[in-house]
Amino acid sequence: MSAVTVPPKPVRRTRRLPRYVPWAVLAGSLALGALVSLLTGEVTVTGVVGFGAIVYVVAITVTSHVVEGARWAKDRLATTLVTAAFALATIPLISLVVLVVGNGVERLSWAFLNDDMVGIYGSMVEGGAFHAIIGTLLITGLASAVAIPLGLLTAIYLTEYATPGPLKRAITVLVDVMTGIPSIVAGLFAATLFMIVAGPQYKAGVIGAVALALLMTPVVVRSCEEMLRLVPNELREAAYALGVPKWLTVLKVVLRTAIAGITTGVMIAIARVIGETAPLLITVGIVANVNLNVWDGRMTTLPVYVYRQYAQGGASVDRAWAGALTLILIVMLLNLVARLVSKVFSPKGAR
Amino acid sequence: MSKRIDVSDLNVYYGDFLAVEGVDMVIEARSITALIGPSGCGKSTFLRTLNRMHEVIPGARVEGKAVMDGMDLYGKGVDPVEVRRQVGMVFQRPNPFPTMSIADNVLAGVKLNNRRMPRALQAETVERALSGANLWNEVKDRLDRPGSSLSGGQQQRLCIARAIAVEPQVLLMDEPCSALDPISTLAIEDLMNDLKDEYTIVIVTHNMQQAARVSDRTGFFNIAGTGKPGHLIEMDDTSVMFSSPSEKATEDYISGRFG
Repeated sequence: MSAVTVPPKPVRRTRRLPRYVPWAVLAGSLALGALVSLLTGEVTVTGVVGFGAIVYVVAITVTSHVVEGARWAKDRLATTLVTAAFALATIPLISLVVLVVGNGVERLSWAFLNDDMVGIYGSMVEGGAFHAIIGTLLITGLASAVAIPLGLLTAIYLTEYATPGPLKRAITVLVDVMTGIPSIVAGLFAATLFMIVAGPQYKAGVIGAVALALLMTPVVVRSCEEMLRLVPNELREAAYALGVPKWLTVLKVVLRTAIAGITTGVMIAIARVIGETAPLLITVGIVANVNLNVWDGRMTTLPVYVYRQYAQGGASVDRAWAGALTLILIVMLLNLVARLVSKVFSPKGAR
Repeated sequence: MSKRIDVSDLNVYYGDFLAVEGVDMVIEARSITALIGPSGCGKSTFLRTLNRMHEVIPGARVEGKAVMDGMDLYGKGVDPVEVRRQVGMVFQRPNPFPTMSIADNVLAGVKLNNRRMPRALQAETVERALSGANLWNEVKDRLDRPGSSLSGGQQQRLCIARAIAVEPQVLLMDEPCSALDPISTLAIEDLMNDLKDEYTIVIVTHNMQQAARVSDRTGFFNIAGTGKPGHLIEMDDTSVMFSSPSEKATEDYISGRFG
C-alpha cells in the first residue's frame, strides 16, 4: 500500500433544478413554439408541438447545464429524447384506436353481431357480421389447431433434441425464410394445392386455414424456441439428476417453466394471422350467409368482410368500421386471456 | 443402503478433447470422499461421470469402468436414468424448480416421474427429507410457498432434501457451499456428517479446510497445463493427505505453494 498523499475530494451536493422547472420550461417552450408557428403561417397543433419540442430540448439542456452541471444536463437530454420517442410511438396506436372506435361504435350493436348479410343490398343499413365472426373464429381456430402443436413441437425438437449440425441449421434457415413469406403467396399455395387435390370447384374454409397455418407455424416456432432457450440449463440438469427421463423433463420442467412466455408467443402468432385478408380473399372468398362447415363451401372472415364493405361504399362503409372494431375487440379479448394464463402459470419468485 | 464405487482407468472426453485421463479410484461406502484440485483440472467433470450426467452435454463421452456394487455404470444396457435414480446430485448453484412450492420441490423426484404416492406418505416424505436436510424447522409453516422465496443457503438445503427424498445410494455434491455464507456452510457440513451414516458422499470442493473437516478420504486432481488432460495425482485418507502426502504436487497445493 502506498501512502495516500492527496486527500479524497469531499462529496459535494449538486444544486438541482426544482421539480416544477421542467414543466415550466415545457409550458414556455410550447408558447414559444406557438409563436414560431404563427410566424411561419397559421397556428397548427403540429407546428406548436413540433417547434415547442425542439425549443424544449435546447432550453432544458442549457438550463440544466448552467444550474446542475454537464452530467445532469446529459441526463436531462437523454430523458427528454427517450420520452419523446415513446410519445411518438404511442401516437399512431392511440389515434388508430380512437378512429376505429369513433367510426365503428355507431353501428356496433347486438343486432350487428347477430345478423348476417342475407338479403342486404343497396343502401340498406341493416345487416351484420355474425357470419364473418363465425368464419374468422372457425378458420383461425382450425389454423391454430394445426400450427400451434406443429410449431411448438418443432421448437422443442430444435432446442431439446437436435444436435448441432446441418439438419438443425437447415430447419432454422427454412423457418426464418418462412417467416418472411408474403401472405398472398401462402394463399396462392393453398389454393393451388387444393385445386390439384380436390379439383377447381372445391371451395372451403379449410383452404384458408391451411394458408393461415403456413403463415403461423414459423412465428410459433420462433417465439417458442426463444422461450425454451430462456429456461436455465440448471433446471434440466436438476431434473436429470433426480432420475427423470428426458421426455418428462421437457414436459414437466422445461415447458412448465416456459409456459407463460409460450402463451404470449402463441397469442402474437394468432394476432398475426387473424387479420389476414389477401390469402383468405383468394381461397375462401365471401358469402352473405352463415356457414358453419369449414370442409365445404365459401365462408366470410372479418378482414375480408371489412374489405368488401369498404369497397362497396355508401352505407356499407359504416359496417366496415363496425367490423374492424369487432376484430380489434376479438384480438383484445384473446390478449386478455393470454395475460391471465401467463399470470397464473408464471414462476412465482420471492418478489 | 449405500454402495461403494470402483473406478478403473476412466477417460473422460468432450468430443475429441480428453479432459480427464486414467482415473483409478475407490469410493468407500458410508464415507465422505472429497475431491480437491485447481480450477479446470476435471474434478467436476469426473464427478459428473459417476451418475452419467456428463453425457448430457452434446459430444461428451466416457471410456473405462465405474463399477457400483458389481454393476458397471457404463455397461451395455445400463439405463442412465436408472443410474441417476441411485446416484443423486447437488449442484454448485442452488436450483430449486421455480414453478413448484417447497413441498413439491422435495417431492419433485416422485412427481416429475409421474409416480403416485398417497398423501400421508407424501407429507411424511417431505418432513423426513426436510428434517434430514436440516431445513424442516425453518420452512414447516410455509411448505406451499415457492421454493425460490427461500434464501440461498436454504435453497441449497432444499436441493439436498430434494436429492435425498428419492433415497439414492450415493450423493454427489459439486461445490455445494461455494455460493453460501459460513453459517449456511456449517449447516451443510453438519448435514453431511449426519448423512454419511446412510449415504456414500462424494464432494468436490475448492475449500481445503472444508475437505479436511468433513471428508474421510481425499483425492487430489491436477493438470499439467492448459489443453492437457487432468489426472488423479494422489488419493489417501484425509489425515494422511493433509499431514504427509507422498507427492510433492499435493503438498504444494495443500500448503498454498501452488503455481
